[in-house]
Amino acid sequence: MTTQISMAARTSSEPHTRYQALWLSLGTGARRLLHNPLTGAGLLVVLLLLLVALFAPWLATHDPLAQDLNRSLHAPNADNWFGTDEFGRDIFSRLVYGSRITLYIIALVTVIVGPIGLAVGTISGYFGGVVDMLFMRITDIFISFPSLVLALAFVAALGPGLEHAVIAIALTTWPPIARLARAETLQLRNADFIVAVQLQGASSARVILRHIVPMCLSSVIVRLTMNMAGIILTAAGLGFLGLGAQPPLPEWGAMISTGRSYMMECWWLVAAPGLAIMLVSLAFNLLGDGLRDLLDPRSE
Amino acid sequence: MAMIEIQSLNLSFGLDGSRVQVLKDVNFQVREGESFGLVGESGSGKTTVLRCLAGQYSHWEGELRINGERLGRTLDRDRCRRVQMVFQDPYGSLHPRHTVETALGEPLHIHGIGQHRERIGAILSKVGLNDSFRYRYPHQLSGGQRQRVAIARALILEPRILLLDEPTSALDVSVQAEILNLLADLRQREGLTYLMVTHDLGVVAHLCSRVAVMQHGKVLETLDTNDLVRGEASDPYTRMLISCSQHKSRDRDCA
Repeated sequence: MTTQISMAARTSSEPHTRYQALWLSLGTGARRLLHNPLTGAGLLVVLLLLLVALFAPWLATHDPLAQDLNRSLHAPNADNWFGTDEFGRDIFSRLVYGSRITLYIIALVTVIVGPIGLAVGTISGYFGGVVDMLFMRITDIFISFPSLVLALAFVAALGPGLEHAVIAIALTTWPPIARLARAETLQLRNADFIVAVQLQGASSARVILRHIVPMCLSSVIVRLTMNMAGIILTAAGLGFLGLGAQPPLPEWGAMISTGRSYMMECWWLVAAPGLAIMLVSLAFNLLGDGLRDLLDPRSE
Repeated sequence: MAMIEIQSLNLSFGLDGSRVQVLKDVNFQVREGESFGLVGESGSGKTTVLRCLAGQYSHWEGELRINGERLGRTLDRDRCRRVQMVFQDPYGSLHPRHTVETALGEPLHIHGIGQHRERIGAILSKVGLNDSFRYRYPHQLSGGQRQRVAIARALILEPRILLLDEPTSALDVSVQAEILNLLADLRQREGLTYLMVTHDLGVVAHLCSRVAVMQHGKVLETLDTNDLVRGEASDPYTRMLISCSQHKSRDRDCA
């Protein structure tokens, strides 16, 4: 082959840069995502949650931790929109600040679980043999425990607290991600486009990182989004059992737990955080469903 | 001088109990600048020979030489720059999430070659595509365009040998001719050596100067394409193959 360099015409109506090409495909993706009204609703609630968490100090009407025993257990009224709890704290403000804790847990767990699951899954799927054996048996050990029980055991060992709850939840959520990534990798491993890049001399790390991971990423993102609902519920469950966020932090599960004693007379103590948990986990589920429709290559 | 030399190549899959020998003592030579065809029915081991040469399989026995140098079992960078392969199915051989530019830039990255923009532009024009294809994804290309990109990807490392695994069988007839002509042009201009697997004798007659006929993992005979066309094959199986391909509905007759 000659090394003659042709400066072919660069003027055309096609995308001119890789960023433009990426932007175009993102645009069509977003349009297809919003095509389904349920997904739109889910996305809206998630965005709302983000905004509420971001602007909590401006949205909250009271200090979430300020106690006022003269005003304890007030029903919802003009001043305390969702009522007050047994210490006279404003429930609306506590919910607003609680969104920060919920998001903190979701984000931290997802950031830990995504890369670990992807790495374990793709490596064991790509290399197979002994590596696969070893990694998958470890995964099996983690997957064979019910997740809340394993989380309980870890929190019991490490002591209660928000960070420990996050570690415990992360330990129980990575195995399904790893399984998923492994299954995808097994399918891809013998695909022609992977063989082609191997025959070009690419190292295993390069094949996994640049060719296999991008293909697994879409289903892993869908799975992670769906998992977020489960993470919220597990976090709330741990909070409810007194093993997650500790008082006086306004964690939603912990709020339900303390409100339980007054539930019969003061329904708002439990209903408000309960509805918040339900709404947010439903929203993440709807968003995950929509993303699956969008990203699943089989549906195209 | 022989560019590709294959001597008593054996390959089997599976463990002792259920061992299947796929290649049995395969021998042939391809001269420099020659276009050599491998024909035979499905499952006769044609593609497997290519995959051994390309380096996908490493547990073969025998001797493979390229340009006189003996090939090792492992795939090294040097070998990648001398031998490249074009796959049968252009729908499966391009990464669905990589643009044409990324796909063509990848081999350059791997081998640490610079001047990506210029080289990619040059190779695209060589395979008859213009710069507007640079940032397209495979799903935005037709089958023929995809196969051109796949050929460009194989050629961007400037190999001397191109292994072609039925490069036109997944394309429709009008596009097949275009790709075959492109391959013939490229071979003449770049002085490439082709080893081409096909079960279409028409393609062989168009592109190849010599042919090896394979059945059940063995090479039955190696003959000149002219002899093949004149029907001067000595082996009965080759004669059957020729008579089958002369029928209009050869697929049904051969089945």
